[in-house]
Amino acid sequence: MTEGFDVAIVGAGIVGAACARECAAHGLKTAVLDAAGVGGGATAAGMGHLVVMDDSPAQMDLTRWSVELWRQLAPELPPQAEFETRGTIWVAADDEEMAEVRRKQKLYSAAGIATEILDSDALAQAEPQLRPGLAGGLLVPSDAVLYPPCAAAFLLQKAVELGAWTAMGKRVVAAGDRRVLQEDGTEIRAQFVVNACGANAPSLMPSLPVRKRRGHLVITERYPGFAHHQLVELGYLKSAHSLATDSVAFNVQPRQTGQLLIGSSREFDADDKPVNHALLGWMVKRAQEYMPAIGDLQAIRVWTGYRAATPDKLPLIGPWPEDESVFLATGHEGLGITTSLATAKLLLASITGKKTAIAAEPYLPGRFLSRLHADLARQPEAAHG
Amino acid sequence: MAEGARKITLTINGAAMEVAPETTVACAVLMADAHTRSSISGEPRAPLCGMGICMECRVSIDGVHHQRSCQILCVAGMRVSTQEGLSTR
Repeated sequence: MTEGFDVAIVGAGIVGAACARECAAHGLKTAVLDAAGVGGGATAAGMGHLVVMDDSPAQMDLTRWSVELWRQLAPELPPQAEFETRGTIWVAADDEEMAEVRRKQKLYSAAGIATEILDSDALAQAEPQLRPGLAGGLLVPSDAVLYPPCAAAFLLQKAVELGAWTAMGKRVVAAGDRRVLQEDGTEIRAQFVVNACGANAPSLMPSLPVRKRRGHLVITERYPGFAHHQLVELGYLKSAHSLATDSVAFNVQPRQTGQLLIGSSREFDADDKPVNHALLGWMVKRAQEYMPAIGDLQAIRVWTGYRAATPDKLPLIGPWPEDESVFLATGHEGLGITTSLATAKLLLASITGKKTAIAAEPYLPGRFLSRLHADLARQPEAAHG
Repeated sequence: MAEGARKITLTINGAAMEVAPETTVACAVLMADAHTRSSISGEPRAPLCGMGICMECRVSIDGVHHQRSCQILCVAGMRVSTQEGLSTR
């Protein structure tokens, strides 16, 4: 069974698994290939925070739609997926950040998302372990958390039940020209090839504008009731934005087991390096600044993972202009778990030529080529030379 | 241990018990017919390796969670709870 697929998806992370389910549900003959098996990369390394983010209107559209899709899917998810509507609190340290809370609330309201502004006392009541004297925060009750590897396995299982074929354990060494080539020389023919390899996507297509942006996470022993919501400092966007340097932000998530996930860090050019203890120490110190008692908890494990970062903070979803048989579903940076379900809908629509609930243009990979051409046209020697 | 050495009194899940000096907390818990930690699905666990590696012997001691009871000797007045992880600090 090595030829004649409609779609061959390379990458069985949560994005690839979601795309496989969507394609198979649409009746496409679908193959999924991944050397590491389902949910082995960033899917296993990430926090699993299903979060609406307002970094840009396009990011807001995609995250809002996708969190809604997760909520619709939640009743079907197995218990191991640990879906919980925890809500997010964006924590404001001072009055300046409270102004940002009010600005943020307006944006969320405009997008139809209910939020609640917490003052200093309400924040302390909601999360007693936060340090006293914080200015307040914005509660987004509809945000959720899940355990991504099990959610990915569920999505892939659904795809298989709908007729998808999977090939795990063998590395894909080439993809494009209506075929996928595995390391042992097996060639799988498909009308369309989807690169859903996350931060590894450029290994198959070196010209992709995707860079590995590494993150660290810590998980603690069980301390039930220590935190109740996903807690993120409002400065998080500053951390996510500064592309030039390493950064950390306070980002803590209580798990169903009572364990806490402590993040987050961002660094480039850290491929295959061991844990960065200086950055890890800075990250934990940042968490302690917000929740002083975190320093008394026992951590049991630290690990790293790679976000697929793009220059404009938006994913690459749709046809890749360099090869008419190639579609992309990568570049999600820190939002791949959240936006996997909406990504799958956008991907399928781009393959079938249908319209989706949100505009597809902001995520089309071709935007980088048109920018490149515009830049070239602006240069006098290119225009008149 | 000298013959007739003074016994140590501690509490396990609120009940007082006496043990000989140099008794590990893991041993005292077993003597009290209690188990150590509970798994996430609520299964009772007991000391396995006895050398601080397997983590199955964890209990709360004087309010500090996740202590490896096989590596800690009983001390007079110690409060041991095997309801570890079930309440907030």
